[in-house]
Amino acid sequence: MSAKLETEVSHGWGGEGSPQTDAAAASLAMQADPQKAGAGRFVMSVQLLGFLLVAPALAIVVLLFIVPLISSITGAFEVDGAFSFGNFAKAFELYSSDMLFTLTIVLLSSGLICLFSIMIGGYLTLGSNPRAVALLRWIYRWPLFIPFIVVGQILRTFLAKSGLMNNIFIELGVLTPMSAMSFLDWRGIVIAFVWKQTPFVALLLSGAMASIDRSTIEAAQNLGANRLRILIEIVLPQVRTTLLVGLILSFVTMMSVLSVPLMINAQSPTMITANMAFRINAYRDYGVANALGLISLLMTSAVAWIYLRQTMREHSR
Amino acid sequence: MSTRLDWKWVPRGIALGILAFIIFGPLVNLLLWTVAERWYFPHVLPLKYGFSFWANVFSPRGNAMSSLGMSIFIAVLTVIVSLGLAIPAGYALARLRLPLRGLILLALLIPQAFPNLPVYVNIARIFYQYSLNGTILGVVLVHVTHGLVYAVWIATAAFSAIDRELEEAARSMGASALRGFFDVTLPIAAPGLLASAIFVFLESLDEFTGTYFVGAPDISTLPLLLYTAGSGGNYQIASITALILLIPSIAFMFVVERFLRSDVLSKVGH
Repeated sequence: MSAKLETEVSHGWGGEGSPQTDAAAASLAMQADPQKAGAGRFVMSVQLLGFLLVAPALAIVVLLFIVPLISSITGAFEVDGAFSFGNFAKAFELYSSDMLFTLTIVLLSSGLICLFSIMIGGYLTLGSNPRAVALLRWIYRWPLFIPFIVVGQILRTFLAKSGLMNNIFIELGVLTPMSAMSFLDWRGIVIAFVWKQTPFVALLLSGAMASIDRSTIEAAQNLGANRLRILIEIVLPQVRTTLLVGLILSFVTMMSVLSVPLMINAQSPTMITANMAFRINAYRDYGVANALGLISLLMTSAVAWIYLRQTMREHSR
Repeated sequence: MSTRLDWKWVPRGIALGILAFIIFGPLVNLLLWTVAERWYFPHVLPLKYGFSFWANVFSPRGNAMSSLGMSIFIAVLTVIVSLGLAIPAGYALARLRLPLRGLILLALLIPQAFPNLPVYVNIARIFYQYSLNGTILGVVLVHVTHGLVYAVWIATAAFSAIDRELEEAARSMGASALRGFFDVTLPIAAPGLLASAIFVFLESLDEFTGTYFVGAPDISTLPLLLYTAGSGGNYQIASITALILLIPSIAFMFVVERFLRSDVLSKVGH
């Protein structure tokens, strides 16, 4: 084992990271083995080299994500430099309905995303007509990489009371101009999230479904099982992990998005992301903003824990 | 070929039609807004079409051109920095036996596992002490942190998908490790790395929240311009900006499979 871990590495190797990595690699190598380093080549533990290659990326994530994350947690318990729960008292007093609202919207959206992505993935895998499958594959992916801010803008104009959707329904005689209503409230936010995130989960899911062993599906088909039953009893259990990971990533994304609630429905009740932006822009109130942030962290850490445990289990394989 | 109408196309057609309406309805609406000179309730379609808002947006004194330039400049810098960090990290994670490899991958995953809004708020506060707020460097650093997760994971997957024996063959013919990496490994991994570069570029181009807290109002990127125009009720300008952001996103959706082959995709996260 240790013989395998030792390898000969030329001097320029560490230089792809950054000048610092190179310098650090050289100085560490000098300490480890001055003669060889002086000769321009040195022996260095692969572990050390690997760590030096990873270190700059890791440093960025630690300094610019983990440190601010920790300071958001400590900041939530700080009022005028002293430890206090005052920010939480204020946050619950002002925004407790928005917290429930946020959780409801995100859970409802996740449920709908789950349902629609199973429908799309299921048809892509089990659909009998190749032309219909190809058509579905072409249509469903369009929102995949559309940024949330663009989704917010296009749905704001589409779903408004005088937007194109209502206008078309009125023209078709489905609605009267009097009964037309705006969807720019909680429903608009849910529609925006489902519209944007379903293709992402469906893409992951259909990829996983395509890679499962077809023979079990064919066996069930030969036994006369219908496609819905095959989807629920044979296909879904095999892609459960992928579905879970996709939904959790969507959950975290939805908890982070600021543009959609700001653009579709910034009036109360709204999502706590919009409240956090408001506390900062209107009052420079980092305390309450951080308290709201910690509450959203707690909501996601419950699901993130499931996610991390899942990926850890897969990495340990 | 039978000319008989397949009755199964009736439910299929209705379902696909509804889906197409849901997906393309809002997109068509956006296109209409970009060329609508006058459009108000209860008219289904704009009353007057024209490109006067386009001329306005692309006029030399319009701020869309400077926002577009700023967006592209920041995105290119973000790609250079992200890939500069991600290629060595991805190679090490894929090829070298690292201690605590799982923990390192986990740490690189954290930005995906927590909502980033509270983080951006506090980055803005920290950057304020170092006068990085409202600077290009500050915005690039925020975008790099966000893009790095994808860049490292895709780079790791791209290097893992390469047959180790190819490198060993190069080494056994006397190539140095560095030569082997640049002449053998890097060219084979190039499509995956290109995909991650495009992805990081798009993520940076589309990023709103971090730029809003760290860059605004000094740095104006296209998403910030879209937001300001939209909240000012100027839907034409907002829609044209949205369309500029939309085109690269949709183009990437169509080509992503060319770059990210399934053998690389299946290695993402392993």
